[in-house]
Amino acid sequence: MTVRLRLFKNVIKQGFQGMWRNRGMGIASISSISAVLMILGVVLILILSINALVVDTQSKFDEIEIFLYDDITDDEMVAIEDLVRGKEGVLSILFKSKDQALDIYKEQWGDEAYLLEGLEEDNPLPNSYVIQLKDISYADDIVAELKKMTGIEKVNYHKEIIDKLMLFANYIRVGGMVIIAALIGVSIFIISNTIKLTVTARRREISIMKYVGATNGYIKGPFVIEGLLFGLIGALISIGIVYFGYGYFFDSVNGKVYDIFTIALVQPNTILTDISIIFTAIGAGIGAIGSLVSMKRFLNV
Amino acid sequence: MIKLVNVSKVYDNGVKALKNVNLEIKKGEFVFLVGSSGAGKSTLLKLLLKEEEPTEGSIYLNGMDITRVRNRRIPNIRRNIGVVFQDFRLLHNKTVYENVAFAMEILGTHPREIRRRVPMVLSMVDLSRKASYFPDQLSGGENQRVSIARAIVNNPPVLIADEPTGNLDPDTAWEIMKLLNDINSRGTTILMATHAKDIVDHMQKRVITIEDGILVRDIEKGGYDREITTV
Ligand SMILES: Nc1ncnc2c1ncn2[C@@H]1O[C@H](COP(=O)(O)OP(=O)(O)OP(=O)(O)O)[C@@H](O)[C@H]1O
Ligand SMILES: [Mg+2]
Repeated sequence: MTVRLRLFKNVIKQGFQGMWRNRGMGIASISSISAVLMILGVVLILILSINALVVDTQSKFDEIEIFLYDDITDDEMVAIEDLVRGKEGVLSILFKSKDQALDIYKEQWGDEAYLLEGLEEDNPLPNSYVIQLKDISYADDIVAELKKMTGIEKVNYHKEIIDKLMLFANYIRVGGMVIIAALIGVSIFIISNTIKLTVTARRREISIMKYVGATNGYIKGPFVIEGLLFGLIGALISIGIVYFGYGYFFDSVNGKVYDIFTIALVQPNTILTDISIIFTAIGAGIGAIGSLVSMKRFLNV
Repeated sequence: MIKLVNVSKVYDNGVKALKNVNLEIKKGEFVFLVGSSGAGKSTLLKLLLKEEEPTEGSIYLNGMDITRVRNRRIPNIRRNIGVVFQDFRLLHNKTVYENVAFAMEILGTHPREIRRRVPMVLSMVDLSRKASYFPDQLSGGENQRVSIARAIVNNPPVLIADEPTGNLDPDTAWEIMKLLNDINSRGTTILMATHAKDIVDHMQKRVITIEDGILVRDIEKGGYDREITTV
């Protein structure tokens, strides 16, 4: 056990030495990892923001409004209420009279509300039911049943908007993942080539180590540590840049752009932990895998 | 200690470097391996180091068939065999001391043990005063002594040397031979490939001759070739 510990210590020490010795070429690896992670950061923020937007929109549009004919009978109204109450996902059903509808309009129109004056006598707005849902996914089922009922002029809900938004969000997600996967591949390639240069330069050393009886692990170890360290430094740099860069962007945009954006943009502080974990893991992974790839054919001495 | 049974080696390019070699070397023996250039001496040594695999036959080291040893266990075999090459193969960025200590570090030896053992071995090869020199600052003979120190620092039961005097002038070559003889008299089995006729003739050790991959002579206390010694 202590032997293993000492071997481990040797490997770590050599890894740090290697990193310091190859710091020139290391900059190439570190920059490429940082660049990839920064792009990853932008994509992540985009995805998180779109997710937040979808969730937000879903909660805003979790209503169905049923407009009723003026000549609807009480029986028909009761039938509608019973149907809706018996459905899953319904939080409430409220009757909104012509007059209430007009009042709401007036409120929304504010200063221009005088334009609506005189409508009271012959209110063109219909009576309606407003159904509050747990979330919009329950809507399709209920709407399908409502279409079979009589006395209903129109059923209004925002499924299309939500669907389009979700589709858009999916495109962003898939597109983002594809871009990230490609970039990770590219940076593994870059770092493996960087480390390959040092490995080639130390080929003689490696073959001597093998003759003296060093295990593959002992030879590989320092290079893997070296790659790992490059990856970690790259991660650290990109965490800083993404966090502060995004924080600056968030502050300057917040309050200036339309409501919908400010609601959707994630708070810089909430992403810090996430990007720290994700960046560190991916950075270290790219570094370690990159150096392993570069070592492969040198160990068959 | 070392045993080859029906060993043949055909390289990928079709060269038959060894043909049906049978050989047994006992513990504590000093054996010269001679033969003209291209005869297959280095190939035989490479098989023992598992740098190459035999095409046929078995090789036993300490009773274990090393041809059946998996790649992952190769380091275990090499740790039981010290190697010395014609071109020394020292690490240029490490001092004499570090080159020798390195062979112990890779085994995870305790630093205290390394600090005790390395000076001991360096004094044995008479390099104590040059411990902090780099290989480039030493003569060929001194470099070879460093590589011998490295080869024996872990006390391997077997020492393999491929033309260890090949790059050295006669006087220095003799120094190295005395050193190897010393090491051998302490119990290490030595197998040395060489072209140095006078050394082989003078030392009167076991001589194995290979020609064209075939073991043609095996003499208990011999010279480089029989004709000359019997005259
Ligand atoms: N890696 C290799 N691939 C193909 N052929 C090889 C290889 N190594 C050696 N050979 C061939 O095998 C034969 C034996 O070579 P080997 O190196 O064993 O000779 P040697 O007895 O050590 O010669 P020398 O005294 O010149 O060192 C030679 O014909 C050589 O060309
Ligand atoms: Mg040879």
